[in-house]
Amino acid sequence: MAFDSFSAFLTMEGHGPYVWTCYAVFVILLAGTVFWSAKRHQATYRMCKRSYEQQNPKGQTAPKAAATFTRVEISQD
Amino acid sequence: MWQFFHKLGSPKWFFGIANRFMPWLLAGGLILLVAGLVWGLAFAPKDYLQGNSYRIIFIHVPSAFLAQSIYIMMASAAVVTLVWRMKLADVFVKSVAPVGLMFTFLALFTGAVWGKPTWGTWWVWDARLTSMLILLFLYGGVIALDRSINDEKSAARAVAVLVLVGVVNIPIIKYSVNWWNTLHQPATFKLTEKPAMAMEMWVPLLLSVLGLYLLFGWLACLRMKTEILVRERRTRWVKDLVLAGRK
Amino acid sequence: MNANASIKVQSAQRSVGVTQAMVAVFLRDVRVAFRQKQDLLNPLLFFTMVVTLFPLGVSPEVAFLKQSGAGILWVAALLSVLLSLDHLFRHDFDDGTLEQLMLQPQPLFLLVLAKTLAHWMLTGLPLVLLTPVLGLMLHLDGNSVATLCLTLLIGTPVLSLIGSIGAALTLGLRSAGVLLSLLIIPLYIPVLIFGTGTVAAAVEGAQVSGYLALMGAFLVLALTLAPFASAAALRISLSNS
Repeated sequence: MAFDSFSAFLTMEGHGPYVWTCYAVFVILLAGTVFWSAKRHQATYRMCKRSYEQQNPKGQTAPKAAATFTRVEISQD
Repeated sequence: MWQFFHKLGSPKWFFGIANRFMPWLLAGGLILLVAGLVWGLAFAPKDYLQGNSYRIIFIHVPSAFLAQSIYIMMASAAVVTLVWRMKLADVFVKSVAPVGLMFTFLALFTGAVWGKPTWGTWWVWDARLTSMLILLFLYGGVIALDRSINDEKSAARAVAVLVLVGVVNIPIIKYSVNWWNTLHQPATFKLTEKPAMAMEMWVPLLLSVLGLYLLFGWLACLRMKTEILVRERRTRWVKDLVLAGRK
Repeated sequence: MNANASIKVQSAQRSVGVTQAMVAVFLRDVRVAFRQKQDLLNPLLFFTMVVTLFPLGVSPEVAFLKQSGAGILWVAALLSVLLSLDHLFRHDFDDGTLEQLMLQPQPLFLLVLAKTLAHWMLTGLPLVLLTPVLGLMLHLDGNSVATLCLTLLIGTPVLSLIGSIGAALTLGLRSAGVLLSLLIIPLYIPVLIFGTGTVAAAVEGAQVSGYLALMGAFLVLALTLAPFASAAALRISLSNS
């Protein structure tokens, strides 16, 4: 341990604010990027899943229609 | 060899490989990074010249390393995009550019905050800081160009051209900024030249650099997977994969 | 009038020679530009106005202007070239001439080079010619004005060449102008540094031939590499639309 006490560790002989600001920004940005990327992956995955389930509804997975509609399939290709 | 090369370009194959390696990358990256940072923050001895402020080095140097090597990796991928039209290469460039921008910003930010206690000012028009700033602009340009072209294929190729033009320019920019710096700056500000590093400082630095690289690998895989899902969502294999519940 | 000019291009191409085709493209661009004189004047006006802003905005003191005049003129010239780059391929893109150029048997990068050189002659060169006047207004002495003109003479073609890559990449995009600046300004930094550095060295009485040789090296590098990059970028942009 390079420091005598925990408070010495926090203050770092006056350099604490600089060091801790840097580490805070580093952790926040890195964690933010990780979190945001993971979240976006989840969202994309769910979006794909939903669109596949809409394409071929299999009884239990497809949501029941509240009223009767005539569906018009328009090919995307 | 060629078979391997073709396989490498297949998004489906990549999905499998990424799924296999990602847990290891994440675990290894986190362990190394946390170990390196904790060691650096609490256990490494303080620097006799700069005192404790030097502890910023354990995040500053890894960020700067990644900022630069991500651009180099993007340039290599750009060559692959233009020469072999490999899908995966432009998926890589596109998914990784914002990460590179983030690391460049981190390197600049930590550099500025480190500058305050050591140089006495937040910003010095030091050669390294300035070329980092220009690297930030280059990343910004790449992302802006990518966002403004709607067609996926031409976006990929246009971005590849831009990245390559940038990578040809990087050495010239570095050289000219160095030259400019010696022209304008008094030599007293040259604190970027560190004395030979003690072992107790060097090992944690190495750990955090390695850790951040692994973590970047994980992040790149994750973001590439997202991009592949978006691009290949009309293909059979993605449909099977998603309906089978594999992420 | 564009159609008329492009017919000339095509008739020139039938007699095969690459040089002839380049000359034809070059002359056509010059001719088209002289029929729309406002496009020729705009960069010059912009250049003068930007230069005027500095004494007004910062300080009209002779000492300040003497010290930063070269930098001001360089930055203003850089911005004017940047402003004019949007026109480099835009008109030809809109009326289809560019697609015709691409179908020519001659290599596209040489035709692009001819177009870029025409662009330099129509924007960069007039800027250089205007510089002595503005230099006098900024109280630069004769020696530094001469060096400044020399660096601009070598530097502005580099600006046009590098800029042509950006113009080709952003062709046909929304808000192409802003995007073009974002892409190109970082690449202009070395030219700017050496351009102003050379003048600073001249003011201090140092030998500038080495710096000028270095700028010449930039020019040669840009001449050899930039046309390839912009030709590639043009193909991409045209396949996009």
